[in-house]
Parts: sequence; structure tokens; C-alpha cells
Amino acid sequence: MVEWSDQERSIITSIFASLDYEDIGPKALSRCLIVYPWTQRYFGGFGNLYNAEAIKTNPMIGAHGIKVLHGLDRAVKNMDDIKNTYAELSVMHSEKLHIDPDNFRLLADCLTIVIAAKMGTAFTADIQAAFQKFLSVVVNALGRQYH
Amino acid sequence: MLRDKEKKLIRELWERLIPVAEDIGSDALLRMLVTFPGTKTYFSHLDIRPRSAHLRSHGKKIVLAIAEGAKDISQLTVTLAPLQILHAYQLRITPSNFKLFSHCMLVALACFLGEDFTPVTHAAMDKYLSAFAAVLAEKYR
Repeated sequence: MVEWSDQERSIITSIFASLDYEDIGPKALSRCLIVYPWTQRYFGGFGNLYNAEAIKTNPMIGAHGIKVLHGLDRAVKNMDDIKNTYAELSVMHSEKLHIDPDNFRLLADCLTIVIAAKMGTAFTADIQAAFQKFLSVVVNALGRQYH
Repeated sequence: MLRDKEKKLIRELWERLIPVAEDIGSDALLRMLVTFPGTKTYFSHLDIRPRSAHLRSHGKKIVLAIAEGAKDISQLTVTLAPLQILHAYQLRITPSNFKLFSHCMLVALACFLGEDFTPVTHAAMDKYLSAFAAVLAEKYR
């Protein structure tokens, strides 16, 4: 089981409590598709992904980004059992969506950078460490049911 | 790998960052040491507490090297030749750590530049730092 200090718990809950999902969700997903273009392979039916501008303004990508970001809410509420919380989602990502689990890490990195850009110097090294620890637990849980 | 437009973007961005080399460098280093504690094993000879003089001067050194390489990316192997030898024969830092530092440099840049750290800039920077790390590790084996 993952051990969380009180400080880490409060950092995670506070980041998500003040998160603007409609802003950050689309930014994180579109950044992932721009910085790591091979991830576009999973978005064949999402319309125009021709260049950075098209991706950034694509409404389907935007909506999906918000959905994915909200997907993290359950992990925030169940920090002591993220592994089981995401067991079903992991199966789905493996068997239905066929997503290479290494890509979860890429999206997590992009989310970290979008939040860093938003928070500026308030995104301290300690906050970054806690946030990345949280995301790496999520990423592991999502990849766990692959076989 | 890096298009001409990206090389220009990188060159101009790092020129802007030279005056704040100490701030950016020490910030990126600290982020790496705190987020990835295994990296601390390479710094037993330095005082790596936040805002320490060692952290600031070491961070500055790294940023200035990255900025130097950015001046002419096509000459990276020539520019980095002395550093290649240093890393291969003396420092011998496990190359996977370059990725960890690069990521923390991207986060430091995001904090510093805010919205100016656009996805296009991010992509170009990620490509440049990957190329830099690859050249740095070239003489390892």
C-alpha cells in the first residue's frame, strides 16, 4: 500500500479543489497530442488534428480532456486504494481502448507541466514531488490489469 | 529531428534565459532532487539544500552549457565534446537520469514562463533536451 504523509494528502486535495477542469483538461490533453504526436493514433475519430492550432481548438479533444481529468477525482477520494479503484478502468484501457500504458506517463507529465505553468512559482519542488507521486500511483494502477 | 524554426526558437529562448541561469538551473536541480530522490546519490559531495550556494552555482553551470549548445544545435557534438568525456569517464551518471533532469527543466521553464511555455515551445524544448542528453551519453560505450 502507498504511504501518504498528511502534507502530501493536503497538497493533492488542495490542487484538485482549486482546479479549473474546463481549462486544464483540454490544455493537458492537447499538449500531449502536440508534444507526443504518436499519441494521436488513439484519436482517429476526433476530427482535425492537423497542426497545433487545430488540436488546441478541437472541441472533441477539449471535451475529452475534461472527461479524462475528472477521471482522476476517484483517485483523489480514494488515495489509500487507488490500485483497486482503477482496476476496471485499467481493464477497459487495455482490452477496449488498446492504449500502450507508457502513454499514461506522457499525459501525466503534460498535466504536471500545464499545472506548473498555471501556478508559476507557487508550484514548488515539494508540491511537484507530491503531485508526481500521486500521478505515478495512478499511472501504475491504470497499467496494472494489462496482460 | 529539429526543424529550422525550432532551432531558432530554442536558440532565442535560451539566450533570454542566460541572465537567470542561476535561478532556472537551481530550480530544475532542486525539483529533480526532491521528486526523484535516487538522483541525490550523485551529490554527496555538495550541499544541496534549497538556495544553497552549491545548488545555485551547479544549476548555473548546467544552464550555461545547455544555452551554449543552443547557439548552434547542428554543432552539438563539437560543442559538447569536453562534457562528453567528463560524463563518460569521470561522472558516469546513469543516462536514465538525464531524462529525469530534462523533465524537471521543462517544469522549471513552465513555472517561469507560464502561458508563454506553449505546447509548440514545449515540444521543441523536449526534442532539444533529448538530443543534448543523447550527445552527452555518446562516449559512454
